[in-house]
Amino acid sequence: MANPAPTPAMESFQTVRTADANANPARLKADGVNVFYGEKQALFDVSIDIPEKSVSAFIGPSGCGKSTFLRCINRMNDSIEGCRVTGDITLDGENLYDARLDVVELRARIGMVFQKPNPFPKSIFENVAYGPKIHGLARDKTDLEEIVVSSLKKAGLFEEVKDRLHAPGTGLSGGQQQRLCIARAIAVGPEVILMDEPCSALDPIATAIIEELIDELRENYTIVIVTHSMQQAARVSQKTAFFHLGKLIEEGPTEGIFTNPREKRTQDYITGRIG
Amino acid sequence: MTDITAPSVTFADPDRMAALRRRRYAADLRLRFYGIAAICTAIGLLGILVTTLVIGGYSAFTQTHIRVAFDISEDLVDRGDPAQGRWRTVVSDAIEEMFTGVEGADMRAAGQILTNNTQFIVRDAVLRNPGVIGSTLVLEIPAADPYDQLNKGVINRDLPESRRRLNDGQIALWDVLVEQGRVSRPFNWALFFNADSRFPELAGLAGAITGSFYALLVCFVISFPVGIAAAVYLEEFAPRNRLTDIVEVNINNLAAVPSIVFGLLGLAVFLQTFGLPRSAPLVGGLVLALMTLPTIIIVTRASLKAVPPSIREAALGMGASRHQVIMHHVLPLALPGILTGTIIGLAQALGETAPLLLIGMNAFITSPPGGVMEASTALPTQIFIWADSPERGFVARTSAGILVLLGFLITMNAVAIFLRQHLQRTW
Ligand SMILES: Nc1ncnc2c1ncn2[C@@H]1O[C@H](COP(=O)(O)OP(=O)(O)OP(=O)(O)O)[C@@H](O)[C@H]1O
Ligand SMILES: [Mg+2]
Repeated sequence: MANPAPTPAMESFQTVRTADANANPARLKADGVNVFYGEKQALFDVSIDIPEKSVSAFIGPSGCGKSTFLRCINRMNDSIEGCRVTGDITLDGENLYDARLDVVELRARIGMVFQKPNPFPKSIFENVAYGPKIHGLARDKTDLEEIVVSSLKKAGLFEEVKDRLHAPGTGLSGGQQQRLCIARAIAVGPEVILMDEPCSALDPIATAIIEELIDELRENYTIVIVTHSMQQAARVSQKTAFFHLGKLIEEGPTEGIFTNPREKRTQDYITGRIG
Repeated sequence: MTDITAPSVTFADPDRMAALRRRRYAADLRLRFYGIAAICTAIGLLGILVTTLVIGGYSAFTQTHIRVAFDISEDLVDRGDPAQGRWRTVVSDAIEEMFTGVEGADMRAAGQILTNNTQFIVRDAVLRNPGVIGSTLVLEIPAADPYDQLNKGVINRDLPESRRRLNDGQIALWDVLVEQGRVSRPFNWALFFNADSRFPELAGLAGAITGSFYALLVCFVISFPVGIAAAVYLEEFAPRNRLTDIVEVNINNLAAVPSIVFGLLGLAVFLQTFGLPRSAPLVGGLVLALMTLPTIIIVTRASLKAVPPSIREAALGMGASRHQVIMHHVLPLALPGILTGTIIGLAQALGETAPLLLIGMNAFITSPPGGVMEASTALPTQIFIWADSPERGFVARTSAGILVLLGFLITMNAVAIFLRQHLQRTW
């Protein structure tokens, strides 16, 4: 199938970028990413560097393509029929869309947490142990137990569940389930964790706990979070990218975006005029 | 957008609204009444069916027996070779013994009171226990069908002699046995442990039950894995294109093909082309598998579809391969639904008659099959055979056979419901 002709808007359009001198170096980079669902183009020429060991937030009105872009990063779009991605996304210079790349291994390196907590209908232990098991990360049972416990600890859930590790994961509260999902993602030792509106199904207290957790995880992991809450983006992220109608409008240090947006549409969005 | 501050409805007529409300409640009530009426009709019809069967068939669950003492003398039965004994004489001696002293006893008629196979029953009993040779062996022997019916009150002795199966002389002989206290009517285990027979008093369902079991086993072994594999492929791997559309339409059509067509197919393919033996449960099972396959594929696909996509995403996001997503997550979650559908499919197969008739599973076979290649009947075809037999005893046995078949069906459906309620996980 031939690429649909580029729309006029695409040619005249330029992302507004603000450099951040304090940012960590970027190992994850997107360059000229277009995504098509069948004939319909959902993302237009998105380029962005994701600094390592920090939190990057994607914001923008509903349907602007935040989730689509996030799912490109660990190739979750592969399983959607008719979805096509062009352009480059690289991790340490390695193209993620290279035909020789092993998707299964990629997803161990780039984990994902979803909008709705989705633990497997198995025990808490089994949930966390699943990834290490299928990727062969544990040499024996004690090894596996160690991984499970340390992942649960990193996700701040261990104290709450330590005496019911074999109870079903679906029996936890929503916030606990989401932290279980984070523990599950951490257990395979990823470099990047993608989170698609991880708090949108949670109450404010559970949300605060997760935000705190994200802030801690930033020490060791590169985190990309999609959120509808501007406050959340402002609280947890160091870098923010604003999407609108499939285009990356503006990206830069979070402080700058929220206090001094350079693009009119960004300003309209963060002041609540569009969205 | 219209101006939301000005309501377009005026709430001025409470009477009209009350009348409307009443009509809505009345409609609710009517709907509920129709539902209840429909359910009552269904239950009523079912009740009539079961009652008719029980009335017609309950007598077949008992069998009239006569206690007879056989004198196994060494003159008639050789210790070295008891199988070649003169068993017919042993039996006729015992009958004569029972009626000694009875005035005007018609010994020819007396010889027909015990079931026709009595000599073999006695022989087998002695072969099992050769120690009794030289002494007396007491056995409970099934009464021949007319006497069984007389004992059960089905033959009315008040009718004029010309319209009865038994004449006055025969009834008189019977009454002698009753007086001697030899007659009993225990539960009819033979119904479950004997195979078919020409004589109703000996005929049982063992052959049919074994045959049905083997046929269902073959059916399950083939249709379960094939059905699941086909459904998983169609649901999880197959690209959406014209070819898979055609396959899909055909599977759905296959589920609606009349069963007799499958029977003809089995006849043409399995018997004539592959030369498999007639009447064999193997062939019956193959034909039933063809019929059950679309059912299993359809329920499996529905169960797979019902697994929430979030579980697949979670597994994919962890780096599970497609195969792992299916084997570790999707199939286990779909399994209760698949099992339920399979059992219901098998229950349908159990009751299927027409295709089995075509491949000859309605043969007259007097011993249970020892394997899937041996000729056999099945439960529904056995009922079909009995329904075709004129003896009064077979009429009751037909109903009893239907009750046994219904019993199996109810058990299977109960298992399906149990599985559905106890294995299904919530997420
Ligand atoms: N599977 C799909 N098939 C076709 N179109 C899709 C699919 N998923 C998303 N889209 C389209 O792509 C566009 C971007 O969707 P996406 O889900 O990325 O938006 P989003 O920014 O995450 O929105 P939200 O904030 O509501 O989650 C939308 O117009 C949507 O309709
Ligand atoms: Mg989204």
